[in-house]
Amino acid sequence: MIQVTNLSKTYANGVRVLNIEQLEIPKGQSFGLVGNNGAGKTTFFSLLLDLIQPSSGHILNNNVQVNTSEAWKPFTAAFIDESFLIGYLTAEEYFYFIGDLRGQNKADVDALLAKHEEFFNGEILNSKKYLRDLSKGNMKKVGIIAALIGDPEVVILDEPFANLDPTTVNRLKKIIKELADDPNRTVLVSSHDLVHTVEVCNRIVALHLGEVVKDIQTSPETLKELEAFFAVD
Amino acid sequence: MACFAILGTAVFFILKDEGLEPLAAINKFMIYYVLFDLVIRYFLQKMPVTNIKPLLILPINRSTIVHYTLGKTTISFFNILHAFFFVPFTIVLLYKGYGYQAILWHLAMMALIYTNNFLNILVNSKNTVFYIALVLLAALGASQYYHVFDVTEYSKVFFQNMYDTNYWFLIAVLLVIGTYYSAYNYFKNRLNLDDGLAKKSEVAQTENFTWLDQFGTLGTFLKNDIRLLKRNKRSRTTLIMSFIFIFYGLLFFTQSIEAYDNPWMKVFAGIFVSGGFLFTFGQFVPSWDSAYYQLMMSQNIQYREYISSKWWLMVIGTVISTLIASFYLYFGLHTYLIIVAGAIFNIGVNSHLVMLGGAFVKTPIDLTTSKQAFGDKQAFNMKTMLISLPKMLVPMGLYTVGYYLISPYAGLILVAAAGVLGFAFRNYVFDKIEKIYKSEKYATIAAYKQKN
Repeated sequence: MIQVTNLSKTYANGVRVLNIEQLEIPKGQSFGLVGNNGAGKTTFFSLLLDLIQPSSGHILNNNVQVNTSEAWKPFTAAFIDESFLIGYLTAEEYFYFIGDLRGQNKADVDALLAKHEEFFNGEILNSKKYLRDLSKGNMKKVGIIAALIGDPEVVILDEPFANLDPTTVNRLKKIIKELADDPNRTVLVSSHDLVHTVEVCNRIVALHLGEVVKDIQTSPETLKELEAFFAVD
Repeated sequence: MACFAILGTAVFFILKDEGLEPLAAINKFMIYYVLFDLVIRYFLQKMPVTNIKPLLILPINRSTIVHYTLGKTTISFFNILHAFFFVPFTIVLLYKGYGYQAILWHLAMMALIYTNNFLNILVNSKNTVFYIALVLLAALGASQYYHVFDVTEYSKVFFQNMYDTNYWFLIAVLLVIGTYYSAYNYFKNRLNLDDGLAKKSEVAQTENFTWLDQFGTLGTFLKNDIRLLKRNKRSRTTLIMSFIFIFYGLLFFTQSIEAYDNPWMKVFAGIFVSGGFLFTFGQFVPSWDSAYYQLMMSQNIQYREYISSKWWLMVIGTVISTLIASFYLYFGLHTYLIIVAGAIFNIGVNSHLVMLGGAFVKTPIDLTTSKQAFGDKQAFNMKTMLISLPKMLVPMGLYTVGYYLISPYAGLILVAAAGVLGFAFRNYVFDKIEKIYKSEKYATIAAYKQKN
């Protein structure tokens, strides 16, 4: 589904923040990206969404080169950070807006919202609040569910577990696992949290200073292996 | 500021030339000056609460924190600005032999300005007080204009006494001390994160504007743009500014200023009266969406519909302004037709130019604050002024040519025809803007990420 070739990103000050020679993410995979701050996780996702320009190489998303064509947009959805939310809308308005952009009518969106009512925990819908006034955790909930509108084939979530309470984290894991069960859907998740990532992903790639340092299929030993890698002596 | 300083120096001589006693004339209108200052402050001056939070957990007395914060507001732009007027004016007074009382008067005026400062801090959260001031200002102004009731007859005595007596200025000083301590007590008792320092959030109401659904994607964007205008401080300031622009024409059409009393300046006014919203809103497309530009760029956005939506919004704004401006009919049909011709030119030509210019503006807009709307680099800078000039000069030139070569009405037809002609280039310009959006995409995203 996603092919990365000779991808690198170097900023004007000469710092190279990402350098991936070859990476292939097959259709249907749930792909976890782990690493410390500055490892290049968000940079990779930003390149995948064509929000920044690659210094070299390219990414193919379903055979569409993302930095030359926009044809990847209809089947790709993402939530990176709060800049993906529109602060002066209510949650409902935001969902319907994204729905409109993705060719979904109100009923489609309502059905999706009803399905995830438990995830919202009664704090999102009809809350009489604009998104800018929600707590960080609730903002995240809105962004994650909005990324599921229109049944996209590729779902990209940057740090989805951060800022969520323990119950919501477990609900989110369930949602991601369900998403990944669909053989047509590719899910990409990044996280600092090794335990969560190992639990929801069937493949884990660890980045360190912009380079791929581990690429493993999840097994009972994965967590140990990763913990050993990030261990502090 | 420089303007205030020059005004402060020159106003004495200007008033003298008009055959007025300068100080008395200033005192006569001081009531409006003070009320207007209060209204402006309400819009723009904010209590710097965000700076307090980090101090709370440091070992500093609460009273010290409040004194410090209140003290800090005294050196704010909104107070210093007035000093630039009053100091040179008082110096001129002294120089002209008004005696030591001029200093007492000066103290009183500055005390009143600072009273406004603390009053504003005290009432900042209460809209009612602001509306009372605004209504008072409008009512007094109107009743004075129509000779119903002249408040300045009474207020001028008050202000004149600041000069005529040795002790009246103490009233102003007491006022400033009183408001300072009220503000001090108010904040000292509310110096908690969940009270005085709490972020105020509005009660949100979901608005679906289903009637816009019939316009498809265009409707989707229009819905959001209407919400954008309604729900954000910054955009509301823009709306108010465009409303004020409607009355800008009064300077030109009342023949009160000689330099403006000619055909080309009237077209200038016509363009501004109908185009206030178009200019203030349009110059920041797409910066209005800067806060969530990454989202927009990762969605399957039809640029054309996005641009059209903003364009339609400007058209609607221009039409509404032109309708409100129908009171200019009072100055004759030709005057109003100048505004209508200006509106047609605005819609046909200027709307495109404004958006073309806006496509290169890469300053992010913080929707939640109205602060940047004036003064600093965000709005009214030299560059936007320069881009604005040709938008004025072309219709001004066309009208003048028609006016002198054929007839005033021919001038109007020329301006309107240029506007209609502009429509023909709509698709071309939209294509151009779309290309700019695409080619500037990475640079724009990077620029919008910078928080100021």
